Amino acid sequence: MSVLVLGIGNILWADEGFGVRAVEAFHRLYAMADGVDLLDGGTQGLYLVHHVAEVDRLLVFDAIDYGLAPGTLKVVRDEEVPRFTGAKKMSLHQTGFQEVLSAADLMGHYPGDIALIGCQPLDLEDWGGPLTAPVAASIEPALAVAVDILTSWGVPPIRRAEPRPPGSGLLANDIDRAAYEQPRLGTG
Amino acid sequence: MGIETPNGFKLDNAGRRIVVDPVTRIEGHMRVEVNVDADNVIRNAVSTGTMWRGIEVILKGRDPRDAWAFTERICGVCTGTHALTSVRAVENALDIAIPENANSIRNIMQLTLQVHDHLVHFYHLHALDWVDVVSALSADPKATSALAQSISDWPLSSPGYFRDLQGRLKKFVESGQLGPFKNGYWGHAAYKLPPEANLMAVAHYLEALDFQKEIVKIHTIYGGKNPHPNWLVGGVPSPINVDGTGAVGAINMERLNLVSSIIDQAIAFTEQVYLPDLKAIGSFYKDWLHGGGLSSTSVMSYGDIPEHANDYSEASLKLPRGVILNGKLDEIHPIDLGNPDEVQEFVTHSWYKYPDETKGLHPWDGVTEPHFELGPNARGTKTNIEALDEAAKYSFIKSPRWKGHAVEVGPLARYVIGYAQGKAEFKEPVDKLLTDLGLPLTALFSTLGRTAARALECQWAARELRYFQDKLVANIKAGDLSTANTDKWTPDTWPKEAKGAGFTEAPRGALGHWIKIKDGKIDNYQAVVPTTWNGSPRDPKGNIGAFEAALLDTPMADPEQPLEILRTLHSFDPCLACSTHVMSEDGQDMATVTVR
Repeated sequence: MSVLVLGIGNILWADEGFGVRAVEAFHRLYAMADGVDLLDGGTQGLYLVHHVAEVDRLLVFDAIDYGLAPGTLKVVRDEEVPRFTGAKKMSLHQTGFQEVLSAADLMGHYPGDIALIGCQPLDLEDWGGPLTAPVAASIEPALAVAVDILTSWGVPPIRRAEPRPPGSGLLANDIDRAAYEQPRLGTG
Repeated sequence: MGIETPNGFKLDNAGRRIVVDPVTRIEGHMRVEVNVDADNVIRNAVSTGTMWRGIEVILKGRDPRDAWAFTERICGVCTGTHALTSVRAVENALDIAIPENANSIRNIMQLTLQVHDHLVHFYHLHALDWVDVVSALSADPKATSALAQSISDWPLSSPGYFRDLQGRLKKFVESGQLGPFKNGYWGHAAYKLPPEANLMAVAHYLEALDFQKEIVKIHTIYGGKNPHPNWLVGGVPSPINVDGTGAVGAINMERLNLVSSIIDQAIAFTEQVYLPDLKAIGSFYKDWLHGGGLSSTSVMSYGDIPEHANDYSEASLKLPRGVILNGKLDEIHPIDLGNPDEVQEFVTHSWYKYPDETKGLHPWDGVTEPHFELGPNARGTKTNIEALDEAAKYSFIKSPRWKGHAVEVGPLARYVIGYAQGKAEFKEPVDKLLTDLGLPLTALFSTLGRTAARALECQWAARELRYFQDKLVANIKAGDLSTANTDKWTPDTWPKEAKGAGFTEAPRGALGHWIKIKDGKIDNYQAVVPTTWNGSPRDPKGNIGAFEAALLDTPMADPEQPLEILRTLHSFDPCLACSTHVMSEDGQDMATVTVR
């Protein structure tokens, strides 16, 4: 069985980076079982279709405006997912993740199970800013939810004895979260 | 009121105002307003875009060697192009030379992105302006097969293949979720293809989606990963070890062979699917030659794909470099990105503040200070704009100009310049396509010409992929394994202050990054992106940009369903570089069109 754990969003727009930061932290803190891939999908939109269309099960982290309190996590499953993933106006080629799923469907390769772990953002306008406190505090709980879901799929992640050091994982070159969120001359 | 702009366009904003917001199937948020006359012909066009927040805010004080990783995140589409432009800017500032292998690998990365982006743009974003998906449901699969086989040897063309695809599409449409097809004006009078051509195009839409998984492997092999491949100031990050084995680590013979086979597939798909489709679709729209805009008068290309490492001269660049002004095709102006009088950005009509807004600023001295205010003749409120006042500030896009001139950038600009230079690799395919379609050379200056230039360039890029892959392998076999120059890696080898400019031809046009380095850190950083050139608002003299110019004089079948506007804007492959994509319950609706 193949599983894709996908984080989507733009790290340059504060809480919009939640999905990518969650998958980055997942990689730092946990080792995945065989057959489980982690992917920093950024804002690649339709460019992600083939990744989604190649797997049996899909787990997605993303910032989702549910209209709840900032930092609130909400898990959505299977046929409910597309309803929650239509993009607002400002989207990659106006292609929200809903369109990515539809395209995979039309290609005849829709994942058998889909789980979306969404986090309510507080600030999506702070260009170059860090995750806000409530969203940052939701990363570990989001990972705990992801562990439960992957375990129920029969591919439990193993917590690493020591986290991978910052900058050695999915994101590097000063855009890993620790380096990116250091105060700089131009920001703040 | 009718006026004539200094760059030769007649504008009249007396007629009904049509507002399209957002313009769908593009990156970022864009809005366009047009005035139509009594015959529904566009007589004034106003294009406006979302905020471009200067990347300097984020990069100031950071390590120049990491700038590429940030710029790769500006945009979801041009990721690698921004990264390449960034490392070139740093190398230009610090006078760092890269090895030949790094030059070949970078060219392969860039050409791969070009092929990938052009394919996705044509099939997944632009084709739906010409192809009626719903009409495909009434196609006869047998006749579709006959049509496909009459234009190409591509093997996926049996009646059963199209019948199966049509069945899947029918189920999809009947389920009520049109998905990627939901923002379409299906049944619009401006769609001209017979059902069979529509079904064939939908089949190729899906095949192109599927082909992505192959083409991106090239980025994974040379860039270490995809999406977001790795780059390196001074060369490329992947070492070469021809005797190595395995799927990870250094570039080995096995992986060079894999790249080679994917390049063969890219050439085959482009030549047997994309180009025949372009020609077949184009043959039904030969009388729709609107949308030329600036393309017949003022175009610019920085050039790209250097034959020789570190030689960015016009002679070395395989994509043309130069500027054509005022329709003088026999005079091609050279470009100097470091000359403060050439590339300048104005903000007279942009929501930013400059100390003196009658003057433009060269990117090295660029500033990005937002200043949002509506003009006296705007209608509505700041949060709910009903109509913009184009006599005042009206866009978050700045107005870049070359020596004061508005220019079009992108594949058509590159082909016009290449054609004017008499370069056979650009001129001959254009002449052949026009002859096959029975069209004169002037037909090139149109929306369809822009779309055709992109297809021709995709073929060119696929063949150049083959050229540079062979060049790389030959150089490796000759014993040169060098991929990076680390002589000036550490900041103690750098001057105390330095500045540089890097450029590429992104799929959608000329892209430049300008950097100032001080004490080993970034002091200023400006990116001028292709859609800023094409989508710019007016400048202090009143010159209009490429989008606005291209929309003029286009007749609309039904202003409530502005398919013609989408068609022309999409032909530029706009990218508004904000790439934020917050999800919300229920998703987006069809673009709102308001007639006032």
